[in-house]
Order: sequence, then C-alpha cells, then structure tokens
Amino acid sequence: MNWLLAVLQTVLFVALAPLLAGWIKWCKCRLQNRKAPSLFQPYRDLLKLTRKQPVVSDQASWIFTTSPYIIFSAMVLAASIVPLVAVDLPTSANADVIVLIGFFSFARFFLALAGLDIGTAFGGMGSSREMTISSMAEPAMLMGIFALTMSASTTNLSFAIDFVLNEGLVLRPSFIFALLSLMLVAIAETGRIPVDNPATHLELTMIHEAMILEYSGRHLALIEWASQLKLMLYGVLIANIFFPWGIAERITVEALKYGLLAIVVKLALLAVLLALSETLFAKMRLFRVQEFLSFAYLLGLLGMLSHIILEGAR
Amino acid sequence: MNIEQLDFYTQAVLSLAALVGLTSFLMLGQGRLLRLIFVFAVQGFLLALTTAVAAYSLNIHHLYISAVLTLVLKVIVIPWMLRRLVLQMNMHRDVEALKNNSAVMLGGASLMVFSYYILHPIVQTSSIVMLNALAVSLSVMLLGMLLMISHRQAVAHVVGFMSIENGLFFAAIVATHGMPMVVELGVAFDVLVAAVLFGIFFFHIRTSIDSLDVDLLNRLSEVDK
Amino acid sequence: MILVLAYCSVLLSFASCLPALLMYQRHNLPAFNRQWIINLEEQHFPILMRRAVFGLLGLSGLFAILAGLGVLITGEVMTDRISLGLPWLPWQVRFDNLSGFFFLIIGIAVSAVSLYGPGYVSTYEEGRHPFAVLSLFTGLFVAGMLLVLLADDAFFFMIAWELMSVASYFLVAFQHENPANRRAAFLYLLMAEIGALAIILAFGVLASFADGFTFDALRDARLSTTWASIAFVLALLGFGMKAGLVPVHVWLPEAHPVAPSHISALMSGVMLKVALYGLIRFCFDLIGEVHWQWGLALMILGTVSALGGILYAMMQTNLKRLLAYSSVENIGIIFMVLGLSMIFMSQNQPQLAALGFLAALFHAFNHALFKNLLFLGAGIIHHQTHELNIDLMGGLIKRMPKTGMLFLIGCMSISSLPLFNGFVSEWLAFQTALQVDVIDNGVLRSLIPVAAASLALTAALAAACFVNVFGILFLGLPRSRHSDKAQEITDQGMLAGPALLAGLCFLFGIFPGLMLGLINDVAGQVLGASLPDGATLSWLHLAPVSADKASYSAPLVLVGALIAAGICFRYLRRSPATVMRRAETWDCGFGGLTPRMQYSSSAFMMPFRRIFARVWIIDEQVRKDSQGAMNQDVAAIHYSLQIQDHSWPRLYQPIERAVNRTARLVGRIQTGNIRTYLGYSFVTLIVMLWIIS
Repeated sequence: MNWLLAVLQTVLFVALAPLLAGWIKWCKCRLQNRKAPSLFQPYRDLLKLTRKQPVVSDQASWIFTTSPYIIFSAMVLAASIVPLVAVDLPTSANADVIVLIGFFSFARFFLALAGLDIGTAFGGMGSSREMTISSMAEPAMLMGIFALTMSASTTNLSFAIDFVLNEGLVLRPSFIFALLSLMLVAIAETGRIPVDNPATHLELTMIHEAMILEYSGRHLALIEWASQLKLMLYGVLIANIFFPWGIAERITVEALKYGLLAIVVKLALLAVLLALSETLFAKMRLFRVQEFLSFAYLLGLLGMLSHIILEGAR
Repeated sequence: MNIEQLDFYTQAVLSLAALVGLTSFLMLGQGRLLRLIFVFAVQGFLLALTTAVAAYSLNIHHLYISAVLTLVLKVIVIPWMLRRLVLQMNMHRDVEALKNNSAVMLGGASLMVFSYYILHPIVQTSSIVMLNALAVSLSVMLLGMLLMISHRQAVAHVVGFMSIENGLFFAAIVATHGMPMVVELGVAFDVLVAAVLFGIFFFHIRTSIDSLDVDLLNRLSEVDK
Repeated sequence: MILVLAYCSVLLSFASCLPALLMYQRHNLPAFNRQWIINLEEQHFPILMRRAVFGLLGLSGLFAILAGLGVLITGEVMTDRISLGLPWLPWQVRFDNLSGFFFLIIGIAVSAVSLYGPGYVSTYEEGRHPFAVLSLFTGLFVAGMLLVLLADDAFFFMIAWELMSVASYFLVAFQHENPANRRAAFLYLLMAEIGALAIILAFGVLASFADGFTFDALRDARLSTTWASIAFVLALLGFGMKAGLVPVHVWLPEAHPVAPSHISALMSGVMLKVALYGLIRFCFDLIGEVHWQWGLALMILGTVSALGGILYAMMQTNLKRLLAYSSVENIGIIFMVLGLSMIFMSQNQPQLAALGFLAALFHAFNHALFKNLLFLGAGIIHHQTHELNIDLMGGLIKRMPKTGMLFLIGCMSISSLPLFNGFVSEWLAFQTALQVDVIDNGVLRSLIPVAAASLALTAALAAACFVNVFGILFLGLPRSRHSDKAQEITDQGMLAGPALLAGLCFLFGIFPGLMLGLINDVAGQVLGASLPDGATLSWLHLAPVSADKASYSAPLVLVGALIAAGICFRYLRRSPATVMRRAETWDCGFGGLTPRMQYSSSAFMMPFRRIFARVWIIDEQVRKDSQGAMNQDVAAIHYSLQIQDHSWPRLYQPIERAVNRTARLVGRIQTGNIRTYLGYSFVTLIVMLWIIS
C-alpha cells in the first residue's frame, strides 16, 4: 500500500512539474504586462516534441542519445525521495539528501558530456559554464543542507521534515541562513535569472541552452521535462523543509487531500516569488555569478556556524 | 539545553544575533559605499528591533526609549548624513576593488569562531544564551575592525567604527538589558558628534589631499624613504 | 594456512623477477638448454618471457587476494618469525585484518596489471628499454609492498619499505634517456629517502621507550604526550611524503607521468595506500592512544591536499600528470576522514571513530580501483595515439568504444556519482562529519563542518575535472591526426585488466555492504570498536548510524533508475514516424565546423582559472601577429599558458637556497691542503681524548 502510494506520489511529482513551469511563465507574463500563454502550454510543447522526429548530429556518439534518458531518470529518482504530499513513505529510505544532490550531479555530468559530444563551440561553452556554476553551487547547497540536517540530526528528508513538524514553530538562526542560501542555490542551479536566462538563445549569455542546442524531438522533450522537474524539486525542498505544515503525516484520504492542497498553495506562492524576482532583477555577468554563489556559500557556512555557536547544546 | 526548549524571547534574540552577524559580513564584502551605508542602516534597524523585543518581553520601559533612539540615530540620521556626504563628494560611483575578498571573508568566519572560543571560559558561569549572544557581539566588533583594515575609503572606516559601537550596544542589551539611561544617552550623543566631526574632517582631508583614500595619507609621513 | 598463501604471494612476486634474470643470462646456460632456448629465441622468446613474468605476477596477486580475504573472513591474527637478516634479529611477521585488507587491495591491483601488462610492454623493444629490467624491478616492487604489510618489527618494516622505494625508483627512471625523467626519478628518490629517514626516527622515538624493535614491544611502550606527538609528527612527515600530502606532494606529479602506465597505476593506486597503511599501523596500533590535535592536523592537511590536489589537477593537460594530482586529492580525502576518525576516537566516541575509519579505508580501496583503472586507460590511450596531451585528443569514443566505456566508468567513480563506489565512501565521509554534535570541544565542532564543506567543494570540482577529461579525450571531433587515426586496442588482456577493475567499481557501488562488512572487522581489530553488524550494513540498505539518521540503498536506486529509463525509452520510441535521423551538426549556416572551433581543456577550465586565480602561478600570454595596412588585420594569435605549483617557489626553493648556503659554508673548511686535513684529524683526536678522560 505504502509502496503504491510512493509510486503514485512520484508520478504526481513528474506530472505536476510542467504545470509549475507554466504557472511561473504565466505569472511572469502578467507581471510584465504581457498576454500569458495557457497554463498547460508546457504540456502541449512536450507532447509536440515527443511526436517529432529527432534529428541528431552525425558526430554524436551514444553518450548524446542516451543522456536524455539518464538525465530524466535521475530526476525521477530524485523526485521519488522528496516527500511531496506525505512523509514516511518507503521510498524515502532509499536515499537521503546527500544522495539527492548526487542525483543532480549525475544528471549534470551527462548533460555536460552531451554538450561536449557534438564538438561545437556552443556545447563546450555551455558545459564549461554549467560545471563552473554547479561546482560552486553544489557545496553551497550542501552547506545549507548541513545546517539543516545538523539541527534535525538526520539526513533523511522524511525524518527531517518530521523533526521540523514535531518541533513546532521555533526561530532558528541556522534555518534562516539555510533558507536564504538554498534559495540562492536553487536560482543558480535551475538556471533562472539572474544566473541564466531560460528564455534566451543569445550566445554570450546562455548556459543551459547552449548545452542542449543540438537536441530535438523526444530527446529535447526529456531534457526540458527534466529541468522542469528540477525546478519543482528545489521548490518542494524549500517549501516542505522550511514550511512543512500541511503535509500528510498519516496515510488517510483526508490528510492526503490536505497535503496536496498545501503543497500546491506553497509552490504557487514560491512561483510568484520567483516570477517577481525574475521581473525585478537583470541577468548578471558570468563572473558575477561567482560572487552570487560565494554569498550563498557564506550564508550556508554562517548557518552551520550559527547552529554550532548559537544553538549549541553546550 | 537545546534551542527548542528556550522561550520565544531567547530564540528571537539568537536569530537577531545571527542576522546582526550576517550584516557585519555583508559590510565586510561590500565595495560600494552607498550599499555599505544601507547595510549599516539595516544593522541599526536590527539593533533597534532587538532592543524593542527585549523591552517588550522583559517589560523594561526605558529600553523602548533607547530602541527609538537607536532607530532615529543609527537607522535614519547617521546613514542619511553619510549618504549625503558620499553624494556630495561624488563618491557613490566609486567601486572599491577589494583585494583578496575571499581571504577577508574566511578571516571573518574564523574571527567568529575565535571570539566564541575566547569567550567560552569567561562566560562559563552565566547562561548559554548570553555566551552565544556575547560571542556574536564580540565578532561584530572584530569584524568592524577588519572592515577598517581591509577598506581604503575613509567613509568605510567610519562605518566600521560605528559597527564596532553597534557590537558593544548589542552586548549591552543582551547581557545587562541595556546600559543605564544616562550612559546610553551619552554614548548616543557621542556617536552623533563623532559622525558630525568625521564629516567635517572628511571635507578637510578632501580639500587638502584631494581624495578620501586613506592609503594616500601615507604621503604625510615625514620619514625619508 | 592463510599465512602460507601470503608467503606464496610474496615468493611468486620474487619469482617473477627470475625470468628477467634468465633473459640476460640465456647465452651462458648449459649447452643442452641453450639449444632449446635458441630454438625459441628470435620469435617466441620475448613473448614467452612476458607471459611468464606477468603470469607469475598475476598468480602472486591472486594469492594476495586469497590471503587477504582469508584473514578478513576468519579474523585470525597470525604471527611468525623468519630467521633471515641478522642472526640475533629474526624478522617478525604478523598478518592481521589490517594487513589483510591492504593485501586485498594490492592483490586486485596486481592481478589487473598482470592481465594488462603483456600487451602494454610489447612495445618496449630490447636494448633501449629492456623488458628484463622492468620486470625485475616490478617484481621487487610488489614484493616490497607485500613485505611492508607483513612486517612486525621496525627493522623488517624498514627493509621492506626501502625495497619498495628503491625498486620503484628504478621503475620511474626506466625511460632514462630523457633528462626530465631522470630529474623526476631523482626527486622521487630524494623525497622517498627523506621520508624513510623520518620514519626511522619515528620508530626510534618509540623504541627508546620500549625494549626492542618488535612491534609488540613498541605497542607496550608508554610515552608521554610530548614524545608521542613528536613520534606522530615524524611518522606523518615520513608516511605523508610517500602518500603525497600537500605540501610534500611534489614528487608525485613528476614521477607518475614518466613511469610506464601500469607502473604508475601500481604506484598511484597501491603504493600510496601502503603509506596510508604505515600511518594507520603507527598511530592506531603502535602508539595506541590518539589525541584530537593529531586528528585535527590530519584533517587540515587532508583538506588542503584534497582541495589543492584537485585544483592543480584541473589545470593539467598531460593526462597522467592530471591523474597524479588527482591522487593527491583522493589521498587528501582519505587523510581528512582518518583525521575525523582520530578526533572521534580521542573524544570517546569509538562507534563514530569506526564509521570514519570505515569511510577512510573504503575510499582507499575505491581509489585503488578507479585510479588503477584510469591509469591503465591512460596507458591504452598512450599506446594507441602516442600522445598524452588531452588537448590533442577528441572523438576517441567512436574509435575506441570499449576503452571509452571503461574510462567513463572510471571517471564516474572518481567524480563520486551515485551507483558507483566513489560515491559510497564520500557519502560515509559526509555522514561521519555530520555527527559532529557529539563533540564537546567548540572549536572542533566549528572546524569539522568547514572541512565537510571543503569536501563538498572538492567533490564538485572533481566532477568538473573529469567531465573535462572524458569530454575532451573521447567526445567531440578529433583534434589531431593521432587521435583521428586511433584504433581500438586489439590485445584482449589490455581490456580485461581495466574491465575487471571497472566491474569491481560498479559491483561495490551497488553492493558496498560486501566490502564494508569486511572493513568493519578491520575497524574492530584496530580501533577496538566497530559498527553494529546486520541492520546497519545489510546488503540492501546502508545505514551507518541508524536507519532514521541516514540510509542509502544503491540496489533499489539502480532498479528505480532502470524502471524509469525503461518506461520512457519504451514509450517514446513506439511510433515508427519518430525514428532518429542523422544530419550535419548545426553550424549557424556558415558551414565548415572544424575541430579547432571546439572548446579545448584550457578553454573549458578558463572560468575556474579566473575564479580561483590565486591558487596557481599563472603565466598567460596572448601574442597577435598583425599585418596589412596600418597593421590592423590580425593574421594569427598565439596563446601560451604556463601554470605552476605554488609549493616550488614558496617552500622548496627557500630550502634549496638554504642548503646551498650551508653547503658553501661547510665548503670553506675544505681547503684542499693536506696539512689542514691532518690538523682537523689531530684536533678531533684531542677533543675525543678530552671527552673520554
């Protein structure tokens, strides 16, 4: 029963990801006084792409054609261990939050290789930039997460959320830092403004798009879907760890209903926040990103130090 | 004793302490003067907030006065004066290229640990909250000094100096629930006067050596090189 | 019985030297034999010799694996004494779990190398690079490493240690016609000997508090904290020099690239681990009581080595040099976690100490696997393209698909991606670091998280580094004629060796419990504490502390990934209208994409170079050739990049200058006049007489 529920939750996660992307786009358009596309436009795009014939460069090797599947399944796995609607599902014991970051880096490894595979300047450029940014973002994220997991003294997401729920409302300095740091990292890792602009194909600025320039058809669909999943993963992480209230603690229909409602509302609010910040800020130069991420790292570090110094038991 | 067992006041003070520490770090890494002054104002605001929280939960009325005083002086008057100064001298476009920024930041982080370490034996007798908050205020002072060492603009030095005073003030609020009113008024007045005097000095320095870069003051040395 | 296996393995590795000696002496053999050999001579003799040498070596490896597994499974401690050496100093032998574990590492590495070797050395022709010399010293080298693990007294240990060091010196100097190689080999010898000296002194300090040089006597020695710390510092210097900790790592990137690839694989994968063994034996076993300051020192040194190693590795274009620097990184990680384990041990947390110990040893094991794999892969690439500069490669995955696959597995393991073994050990390291809350000491509690953060940064940088390596080597378009003309290797053995290692990387990535169970017993024997068995280290779930703290189940993750990928693979490819079409790469409509338009590795690393600029000494020069009217057209751009290690000008050159200065001072007493020398002797005599009286 629980396993079935876990699978259902993962499917729901995967299915909702494009909707979140559509909602962000909608909010952004409204904020910028533009006419917004339908909320379901990302689904239509994905469907269209899967029906198209993929055209692959004749220089590409098997890395290029298998990478989309690897990337997508890594993201699905990641989705399976992040509690969306309910905690204490059996899949969450499969992997903890460090493994979650491992999944991200697995996907990134293959995405960067795929960028290098076709032998164009764009691909290499994208891979190089992606690896640069991620190699600064990943430690920042781990620092933020550590600050958190040290308070909960577990790296298992489900138990960590349980911990926050049981504790009630406690003002923890380390959580404030961790939240800020995770938000910054999330922006960098999901390629949003001000780090990367998902809506541009301008050669000087693009990062994610540069790597996947050669993809088409179902390959592109998988990669797009994977990056929407990643965005949603970060959103759910932030929403459910720092504001877990509403998530189903018991497996009853009632609780699950509320859990679903709660996460939809939380994600919608976060998305509005993201759209707002994307509207307000301009994209940074590539080498300013480093400062941005060092700041995230510093926040994570301060979070950890403040856990030790301010909240210490001794 | 863990944080979840503490009362709300203590939790709030600890969180505010963390944020005050953060603002110190932000000031340390800031190259633009106007933003530096803004962060300084934020720090002042956090101080005022801490004072207000303390006044509310400990029910000490005179702390409200010092909260208002802090708000007026450190959030509005002094930042406004500094800002006007910077704008007048047309320095708001200068970006100070901080050398080895990351080293300074790391130094800052280790200063924080260091201040915790040296306070540990001293505050053995009193509560943990006190130790933690005192550690933060000591590190705010040390970070203020580091700010003065690492920056070259004289205005940044003033901000560093003021943030040292902020650290002291924070310690006073947390450890002894504020200083006696007279002392506090005196200090506030001193700070204000200092800010004014600094402003006057700046104009003089600027007219005589045409810059506010303190490294240029080296030229005043009379020792033959 | 098990000890006999271990002896067999040592003897077999000695035996593998014999054919080499035979090779030189074959013309002096008795007549009836000579006829037989000369019949074989021209064609088959070298092949036969190679097979014999590597066959013996492989058997030696096999026996080492068996011996190691045997002792790990039974958990016995065997002792013995061999009446060799000086008459009143027989060699003490002890074979316990710790030795057994390192026997296993050596065994696996040597077996893989002996599969790989025959094909690889076939290019070394007689004369300039005599195979006899190579095989002689390879055998001695392996035997030396095995003997170090068996030694149970300081004399025997040092003899074996020197055998290992000196034999490996000859291996580094094997291609000695190149002056740079000779210099590298000399540097290696110098540092190895200084290290050995430090180790001897460390043993001396211990021995002065004990009666005798056997390890049993040394274990009983009761030292004051000061003397114990002095011994520790000396041992750390000695073993750290061999292991390649920053800042005494400089021999490593010089020596590893110049040795033949299978030797660099052994040196990097195994010899560094022997140094690790020495340190563990010395600190945890001989001194016994560890102090948190030592742990802190190890942790800091390890962190610096890890970060420094990977940052320097990223900037290398010589593949083997890059791998050598990456060894510095991995050794750093191992030492860091070992330091954590020491800290926990000294804070009376034996369970957590065991966890850290587990992580350190498992990473050592994993590093031996994947680093060997990568070095052997580099050997194949060198063998096929005669090139080690990664900026001249590209597109090899289509030309050498099998090598590419194996190399990819190595890269994924070393970048610590889930499903592979490198990830498990780093995961354990993080789990150890996260248990910091139990420590009383405030400074330690704040420093350990910082080390954990550096570990995170290291892991991320390693991933970037190996994306670069694999991407530039194997993907894209070939950047030179050599790589364009490269062919897949035909020798099956050269693929079998790496394939064995790659298979193990994957196996232990999915079922880490197999190995961790064995290491747990090692921890039990060395630290006197181990993780509770069963629930924490089951084959399915890995939950080192407890199930509600953290758990990782690689088999389930693998199944999940296969299901997810399988579903979308099946679903998306069902329509025949969407069969994949091959077309030219998009060139923005200008046409003519050339390999030179791709990112090279220096281009790939440019953002890192800029961000971490202060880590290296960078000499970057761009020169433009101008022509045309007013010199406005740029005809050609020349770009040159030199990257240097900070440790040379900061540390070694001052030492060098100081040594030279003292040498000059000492030189002053050398007048060359015979009567002065007589005078010196006279004065010495008088002083001696005065002292005696």
